[in-house]
Amino acid sequence: MHKLLTNEPGAKMLLLGNESIARGAIEAGVSFTSTYPGTPSSEISLNFFQISKESDLYFEYSTNEKVALEVAAAAANSGVRSMCIMKHVGMNVAADTLMTLAYVGTKAGLVILTADDPFMFSSQNEQDNRYYGKLSGLTILEPSSVSEAKEMTATAFAISEELQEPVILRTTTRINHSTAVVELGEIKERKTKGDFRKDPFNYVTVPAVSRKLHEKLLNNIRKAEALSGLSPFNFIKGSGNLGIICNGVSYNYVQDAVADLHLTDQVKILRIGFSHPMPEKTIKAFLKDCRKVLVVEEGEPYMEESVKAFAQEAGLTMPIAGKSDALFSRLFEYDPAMVRKNIAAYFDIPYLSAQPVDTSDIPEIPQRPPNLCAGCSHRATFYAIKQAAKGMETIYPNDIGCYTLGFLPPLSMGDFLICMGSSAGTACGFSQVTDKKVIALIGDSTFFHSGIPGLINAVFNNHDYTLVILDNRTTAMTGHQPNPGVDMDELNFEGYNQVSIEKLVTAMGVGHVSVIRPYNLKKSISAIKEAIEYKGVSVIIAKEKCTLYAKSLKQLKDKAFYVTDKCKNHRDCINELACPAFFIQDEKVKINPSLCVGCAVCAQVCPENAILPLKK
Amino acid sequence: MDITRLIIVAVGGQGNLLASKVLGEAALLSGVPVRMSEIHGMAQRGGVVESAIVFGNAESTIISNGEADLLVSFEPSETLRALNRCNKKSVVITNLSPLPPFTVTIGRGTYPDLAEAQRLIREKTARLIAFDAVKLATLAGSVMAVNMVLLGALAQTRIIPLSTENIQTAIQTRTKKSFVDINLKAFQLGLEAAEKGS
Repeated sequence: MHKLLTNEPGAKMLLLGNESIARGAIEAGVSFTSTYPGTPSSEISLNFFQISKESDLYFEYSTNEKVALEVAAAAANSGVRSMCIMKHVGMNVAADTLMTLAYVGTKAGLVILTADDPFMFSSQNEQDNRYYGKLSGLTILEPSSVSEAKEMTATAFAISEELQEPVILRTTTRINHSTAVVELGEIKERKTKGDFRKDPFNYVTVPAVSRKLHEKLLNNIRKAEALSGLSPFNFIKGSGNLGIICNGVSYNYVQDAVADLHLTDQVKILRIGFSHPMPEKTIKAFLKDCRKVLVVEEGEPYMEESVKAFAQEAGLTMPIAGKSDALFSRLFEYDPAMVRKNIAAYFDIPYLSAQPVDTSDIPEIPQRPPNLCAGCSHRATFYAIKQAAKGMETIYPNDIGCYTLGFLPPLSMGDFLICMGSSAGTACGFSQVTDKKVIALIGDSTFFHSGIPGLINAVFNNHDYTLVILDNRTTAMTGHQPNPGVDMDELNFEGYNQVSIEKLVTAMGVGHVSVIRPYNLKKSISAIKEAIEYKGVSVIIAKEKCTLYAKSLKQLKDKAFYVTDKCKNHRDCINELACPAFFIQDEKVKINPSLCVGCAVCAQVCPENAILPLKK
Repeated sequence: MDITRLIIVAVGGQGNLLASKVLGEAALLSGVPVRMSEIHGMAQRGGVVESAIVFGNAESTIISNGEADLLVSFEPSETLRALNRCNKKSVVITNLSPLPPFTVTIGRGTYPDLAEAQRLIREKTARLIAFDAVKLATLAGSVMAVNMVLLGALAQTRIIPLSTENIQTAIQTRTKKSFVDINLKAFQLGLEAAEKGS
């Protein structure tokens, strides 16, 4: 049985933040779940996926976050408790749905999880999604710890049903990827079937209906304000006339700092966990007896702006600070020492910081950047494209996935990247205004997610570029989640269909479509040459399973190669492919047989034909 | 309860997440408050994996520079890279078997000299326990057991508030059945190596 289905209320379990969130939803009787995978949220949906295979929980990997939210919104409006999981930038994709879903509301509980990523450990920006609360009018809850994440997830369903509105649960990486001990609660029974009652004058958002619904939303925001004011997630700890207002993981750093600085009898802390709408009365009452107030929050000055506005309304003039050059930054994530230092500085408390060892005399340590895996088919495709486009001036719009790493030398395949799907769209603009050959790069899952509209646009507006779809048969970067192109039979999962990328792009009207097997360099190079010579939109589908995925399916040939004496040290293999299976020993090129997966691409690149398969 | 802060660094695939999990389970078993965090986004693609584990009465799950009581490193150049997490009272445990980054293996970077690295760490911290954990793991039956060897050395320092028995129980219950014997042996070899050395 899946460990998150353990029905032992009171039992203690060591859980990852994302497991704790999934467990909270299970305890609340969630019955319908959907997602598009994205770090740091991915393990929540992975657990739902596993649980759905052994229970009546419904789970799906949707094609993108907008679809995932629509799918969940319909289920919730049919009376089934639903949850939709995404990373912070996924919320941008879902925002069109979100904004008007807030007007329509929900019948059964609907919780939308957004996982923000301060410091951008694995993201393209560090936007602060609390502003989606303000923008949409929806409630936002923010946990500070792994165990609170479970409690809040469960409560979010109840709040959603009370307000008849979706609730946004906002986490940051250090909640999702922290681990702590969690006490299990009771699991509510799942109600998996619902019914949709027609009510077009409340559900069909034509202007006349929406005018009424916007009024309803404003009323709901007022109700939410009352809930925020009474919420146990907004609480005060300690007493004194120095005030600190904080949220999320910052609350942990503040608590540790206040203890370390021996300030427990001077500082009172207001922890905001119900952060939209902000609890106006609670904050005004808190401020009243404060001499000085510090707001500690990662990201944007979301709470600080409100706190200052409330103080102005209440006629309070004590200093209130948060983001400034001298105190907290809007950049990156916070840490305990930084928070301790700023609290000490702002409240004039003497304090000696821990002294990291002096590292000035430590020799330079070689960097260890992430790299495409040994035998990764993307490397072969990139090499083939470079050969096919030799001598041409090119622009390579890249996209989001493992293949983004191709932008690093020596492959240097990646000139422009904004967000999921942007390669197919930006290629249109580049090809229109420059005389360079535009070759856009996109993965299979990203293509399904949001590359399709860009490609259709290119066909309709008659742009001239080549789109290379790096089809490694899975969503590799986030941990091998399925996508519509994946063969689910191979994974022994029943009840799925498969969408053929080749048929899809052909049906879109792409003038030149070819499928290559990138490990066969000669054929690949000539197919790519043809495609880039084609005037108009051409598509190359580079089809080869991700090596890690193939390994997990026990499909790797496992036939390592080695460098024979014929090697004359041209080093084209290393200089042009940079496969991590290579190493140099005594000035000679060698292949590490435990890393080599036998893709044979280097053997085709070697001008001396010096690389051969090892005989077993 | 006193706070003990431990940082574990490794290269993706070396098994440090399992090592952290064993310590977390052992803490749960011992009734010791524990909070951990990890960064593992691009780890499989050959990057550095770091875990922070905080035992005792603290709320934070991460550890600031200079504030680790203990640094356990699975790879010697990563030990040097993570040294700013330590202060002069910190104890450092490191595997001495290098896993050079790709830039070095293809001759475009220099791997730090191991003797010099050890001298520098000894000079700057309270104690260094350094040995070839890959050798001991192989001796125990699998090169994959480097993580358990290092946990053994960690247990020997008695700095973390967990008994050797509870860590062994966690290894028994939380690692793959077919690996338990090898893992326990690796743990024991690491413990003995730390007793002998440094």
